[in-house]
Amino acid sequence: MIPSPFDYKRASSAAEAISLIGEYGEDAKFLAGGHSLLPLMKLRLAAPSVLVDIGRIKDLSYIKDAGDHIAIGALTRHTEVENSDVLRQHVPLLAEAASHVGDPQVRHRGTLGGTIAHADSASDLPATTLALGATYVAQGPKGTREIKAADFYKGFLESALAADEMITEIRVPKMNGAKWSFQKFNRRAQDWAIVGVAVWRRGTESGVGLVNMGSTPVLASAVAKAIAGGASVADAAQLAADNADPQADSNASVDYRKHLAKVLVRRALEEASA
Amino acid sequence: MKISVTVNGKKHDSDVEPRTLLVQYVRETLGLTGTNIGCDTSSCGACTIHVDGQSVKSCTLLAAQADGSTITTIEGLAKGDQMHPMQQAFMENHGLQCGYCTPGMVMAAIGILDENPSPTEDQIRIGLEGNLCRCTGYHNIVQSVLAAAGKK
Repeated sequence: MIPSPFDYKRASSAAEAISLIGEYGEDAKFLAGGHSLLPLMKLRLAAPSVLVDIGRIKDLSYIKDAGDHIAIGALTRHTEVENSDVLRQHVPLLAEAASHVGDPQVRHRGTLGGTIAHADSASDLPATTLALGATYVAQGPKGTREIKAADFYKGFLESALAADEMITEIRVPKMNGAKWSFQKFNRRAQDWAIVGVAVWRRGTESGVGLVNMGSTPVLASAVAKAIAGGASVADAAQLAADNADPQADSNASVDYRKHLAKVLVRRALEEASA
Repeated sequence: MKISVTVNGKKHDSDVEPRTLLVQYVRETLGLTGTNIGCDTSSCGACTIHVDGQSVKSCTLLAAQADGSTITTIEGLAKGDQMHPMQQAFMENHGLQCGYCTPGMVMAAIGILDENPSPTEDQIRIGLEGNLCRCTGYHNIVQSVLAAAGKK
């Protein structure tokens, strides 16, 4: 399958990319690693008339210790997130979750900013950064703004990003020794999660993100609230689906997804409480 | 649009449509048909090649994205009549049945050893998660990679 024809423009800076998108309007799309967008284009589920390739903007690929958080350039590839010593030390949950994305070949190309901008609730890293309380930095024609992960996801593949904005940086708070767990349930090795769970816990504080449990990544705040109130892991996990509105598909019914979420949240909390 | 790539040591300057996929460019423009197209949806790994030293699925990359890069395909591994050690290991360990997934398996396997020269069997199995063998010949494929790593 070959995508419909389009024009290809290459940007060498974020400012140039935003200017190009502005020039070509709503039919233009940013191309980062392309591992979400190109499959959609091959299936004719997306048919942008112009692609603005941001994949070569070198100064948006970095992982930096910024004091209370780690700053990650939007074009940092999953393989770099997975293998980063800085992230393994300060945000090990994100490094581990990145190692579960797709397969090695996909992780060599896919980018953190790309998967977040694509805003697919079935992807591992939107829900993981949501659980971690990340902030995304978006740049547009009028400058940059910060968007909290909790305010970012608006609907199925829809986010708070305007058409002429791109994510430039992902800021993830340091975990400061919090324990954590990433659980991904799928039938085939490289597949999307049928349900996935990203959890961190430090005493009564916790964060619980759910993958593929609705049209957006889900923050299971009912679970965190129960943990904060002293509930047992088993009792808190029973609330795993309270904030979720999952869909049925060929892999799972709604009830099965809710059941899986409870089981996986319990396992994750047990691991993060040990 | 104009692209310039070095494939298996040889520089190519080509004029391609922006929508040209890298696998299509390699197979149809350069005539290097050793790289197979399997699922065409970045699931099966049959189209795995190396771009700037990393394994990638060439069905999910535009030729334009590879502009300026150094590419190795299955045809670029052997030195004359001498097979690459990974190819030799696949042959000696019967790491293939129908052979369709083999070019992608070999390229992915070389990628694994490039990143981790001494992987465990589990690490090899996880490292090959992006490559499907519809003959289900995984056992000997994994044995082949272990052999290439000098662990068998």
